[in-house]
Amino acid sequence: MTLLLVLTSLILISIAVWQLTKILELSKPLDYENNEIATDKDNDMQGKLMFLFLIFIYALTIFSFFKYGDVILPESASVHGENYDRLLWFSFSIIFFVQTITQALLYYFAFKYRGNKKRKALFFADSNFLEGVWTIIPTIALAGLILYGLFTWVDIMTIEENDEAIVVELYAQQFNWKVRYAGEDGVLGDANVRFLQDYNGKNLVGIDPTDRNGDDDIVVQELHLPVDREVVFRIRSQDVLHSAFMPHFRAQMNAVPGMINQFAFIPNTTTQDMRLRPEIVEKVRKINKIRFDKSEELVASGDFPLDPYEFDFLLLCNKVCGASHYNMQMKIIVETEEDFNKWIDQQITFKEFVQ
Amino acid sequence: MAQKNNRRSKIVGTDIEVDVTEKKDIIIESHDEDHEHNHHHKDTFITKYIFSIDHKMISKQYLITGLIMGIVGIAMSLLFRLQLAWPEESFGIFDVLLGKWATDGVMDPNVYLALVTIHGTIMVFFVLTAGLSGTFSNLLIPLQIGARDMASGFLNMISYWLFFLSSAIMIASLFVEAGPAAAGWTIYPPLSALPQAQPGSAAGMTLWLVSMALFIASSLLAALNYIVTVLNLRTEGMTMTRLPLTIWAFLVTAIIGVVSFPVLLSAALLLIMDRSFGTSFFLSDIFIQGEVLHYQGGSPVLFEHLFWFLGHPEVYIVLLPALGIASEVISTNARKPIFGYRAMVGSILAIAFLSTIVWGHHMFITGMNPFLGSVFTFTTLLIAIPSAVKAFNYITTIWKGNIQFNPGMLFAIGLVSTFISGGLTGIILGDSALDINLHDTYFVVAHFHLVMGISALYGLFAGVYHWYPRMFGRMMNKNLGYIHFWITAISAYGVFFPMHFVGMAGLPRRYYTNTNFPYFDDVANINVVITLFALLAGAAQLVFLYNFISSMFYGKKSVKNPWKSNTLEWTAPIKHMHGNWPGKIPHVFRWPYDYSKPGAKDDFIPQNVPLKKGEKELQH
Repeated sequence: MTLLLVLTSLILISIAVWQLTKILELSKPLDYENNEIATDKDNDMQGKLMFLFLIFIYALTIFSFFKYGDVILPESASVHGENYDRLLWFSFSIIFFVQTITQALLYYFAFKYRGNKKRKALFFADSNFLEGVWTIIPTIALAGLILYGLFTWVDIMTIEENDEAIVVELYAQQFNWKVRYAGEDGVLGDANVRFLQDYNGKNLVGIDPTDRNGDDDIVVQELHLPVDREVVFRIRSQDVLHSAFMPHFRAQMNAVPGMINQFAFIPNTTTQDMRLRPEIVEKVRKINKIRFDKSEELVASGDFPLDPYEFDFLLLCNKVCGASHYNMQMKIIVETEEDFNKWIDQQITFKEFVQ
Repeated sequence: MAQKNNRRSKIVGTDIEVDVTEKKDIIIESHDEDHEHNHHHKDTFITKYIFSIDHKMISKQYLITGLIMGIVGIAMSLLFRLQLAWPEESFGIFDVLLGKWATDGVMDPNVYLALVTIHGTIMVFFVLTAGLSGTFSNLLIPLQIGARDMASGFLNMISYWLFFLSSAIMIASLFVEAGPAAAGWTIYPPLSALPQAQPGSAAGMTLWLVSMALFIASSLLAALNYIVTVLNLRTEGMTMTRLPLTIWAFLVTAIIGVVSFPVLLSAALLLIMDRSFGTSFFLSDIFIQGEVLHYQGGSPVLFEHLFWFLGHPEVYIVLLPALGIASEVISTNARKPIFGYRAMVGSILAIAFLSTIVWGHHMFITGMNPFLGSVFTFTTLLIAIPSAVKAFNYITTIWKGNIQFNPGMLFAIGLVSTFISGGLTGIILGDSALDINLHDTYFVVAHFHLVMGISALYGLFAGVYHWYPRMFGRMMNKNLGYIHFWITAISAYGVFFPMHFVGMAGLPRRYYTNTNFPYFDDVANINVVITLFALLAGAAQLVFLYNFISSMFYGKKSVKNPWKSNTLEWTAPIKHMHGNWPGKIPHVFRWPYDYSKPGAKDDFIPQNVPLKKGEKELQH
């Protein structure tokens, strides 16, 4: 069906193009000797189209913000993410301003100075003043952006060791994530892929059996985080490059085999609270409508309907890692300290698991 | 033939150093004899069209090979756009083109990755590096500096044929059993190093590496030739500050290529060693398919450094020639001197220098030391300054001009527009802090397609429309050119503007589908819009192809200087001949941008016209 649609539209477009050329050719006076160089009439026409194109760019921009603005990630659910968002929108407002002005100048000049036989161009080859202006102004703007950006960057990337923080390992493999908590001692046991086959493959993330710190480690397939507490992620991979991407927290770090990478943040909104945020409610409503429509189709063809969708934070893989890269994701549950403790107490330690 | 050519270059080479004009004329005279002699010697079909050492023919070979590769690359993008808009639906065209890789017409995820990978490789290297820079450097360097040919026509021929061989191998890799390379065009190991990790990392990857190694050899030979030619074979009077900006761009591009391509070659060679000979340059601690591999001590991050040491300058290898072409086309068609010639040259040099020290901005979140991230943020954002200077200088060039909207001019203006739109989002991505959450999302895809993909393609089109008469002696149909431009311009923004929103929704790139889990269900309709615009853009390129091919045979015969341009290539006869000019090579007396000069009869004064009495040369 869609193929048919695409093919018809392609055919229609080619017919339109063909017709357009015919019209353009027919509209020429017969005695006019066409040498394929733009005439005054062409210049006039194309100059006006330039102006229309400027309007098109603005219209597309406004349309996109209006129509697609709601797919943008919701406000950050982590502490540093608020600074991130501020920097992002600050930078956006600057580039947006520049974009609006420069495109206007470019296309308006193209329109205004469209050529004809009578016009003579201004011989204007140089101006130190003007060039100075557009060297110095971007320099000042960029100096500001660089400084603001670097302060934010250093702030995000500096991980201070403290006892309050919980240490969590994110372990990547084709094509899933595993999570290891440090357990009561707060220290992750040493690990290496060489231990993966120990205990008949029950050593899921390759904990060194001789390292006592690893005994109380907890390996699970679900990421739970307590709210308002710093989480230090240690990120590993067992096979190829992956990337631990947690867009709602403005957090990302690659998982590199042979290396342990780090990233830390403080989640400040629980999954429950997030679900109550108006923009999330709206997003979920929209997605459920799409799923409902799809379900109707499925039911009609004798399949099971889709489950209704509920918002959850996600950990996504964001470095191409093979065929199922697009489905390498994991739910993140942010909950109160109480709920978190209740949950983690129910999990079994590495030592208990392998015995 | 080759020897003769070398001798000829030597003669011309020495003639630059000789100051006495009389002596020089004698040398040129003897050279012309040589040339006449050459003419009597009948070219066979093979020496004229296939193993040609004439730079004009080689440039056509580059262009046509590049366009064919471009058709393949763009067709691939349309295929995966279909999959993205209507995920896992069955398409008859997949069945036809992908065969066993699309069971019942549904695209396989491995093939999706392969298409994305080869699309990227072909477009970046084969179309925009060889097809753009190769075509126009070859055509314009000798013609615009006033030389009979490249310094070494023989090396030039070899460089084209290595490029041809590497294209053939890249295309052949599409037909191997397990499919072509599929690790993304950046081919990060271990994914690209281990055949166990994905089918595309088997024979397909080997062919990819072999093809790229040949490609690098080709571009190095070409680049050395360009540099030597520009530095040594300029005609009398063609000082460096009288060079057209196209030549400055090609020269600097060639220098960046010589500096950075060998590093990619080393990365490719080390990867070949890791893949086939058991070394561990990029691999360590790997467990895959139920077994621990022996690799120990290498680092994938090292590969990323080596790759991006070329990869980033590559952006400018693609872009600078396009900007050079835009300078020439805009100035000619605005009938105005390019504004701020020296600033333009300065910004080309500044961009080239900075481009070699910013590669780390592709690696902020790879586990590289955050302090290094700060350094790279600083150098990266600095590049915006020379870029801004260029953009404003283009805008000032068209201000108060007498703009002739030939198709080339439309594309040149389009280039400035997309260069600004795409460049500005680079300020966001070059900021290490902001890159954290936008890295590898569709925001990046939208950014680089606008700033280097579309801009450079526009540069390529501007160049083709502008120099087609010089290449083929005929004009392209302007109305088809207008239709080509407007449909392309509308669909290019239609594809890539909404794509920023998909990226800001957090959707990672290189996902086979975004509907496998519900979170991104609401971007599905944006994907449909993007794909429709992409199909429209693809259709517009058919107009161009038709125009390109039919004009070769049925186009209006061109006059010698159809755009009333100042540069030397328009002083040479249209007829295809070895040595470019019958008789003496023209001498140069002025810079190339004397358009609408007050006091002159015409609104252009070619570079070979001596200064009138009392006429001052502009102190540019």
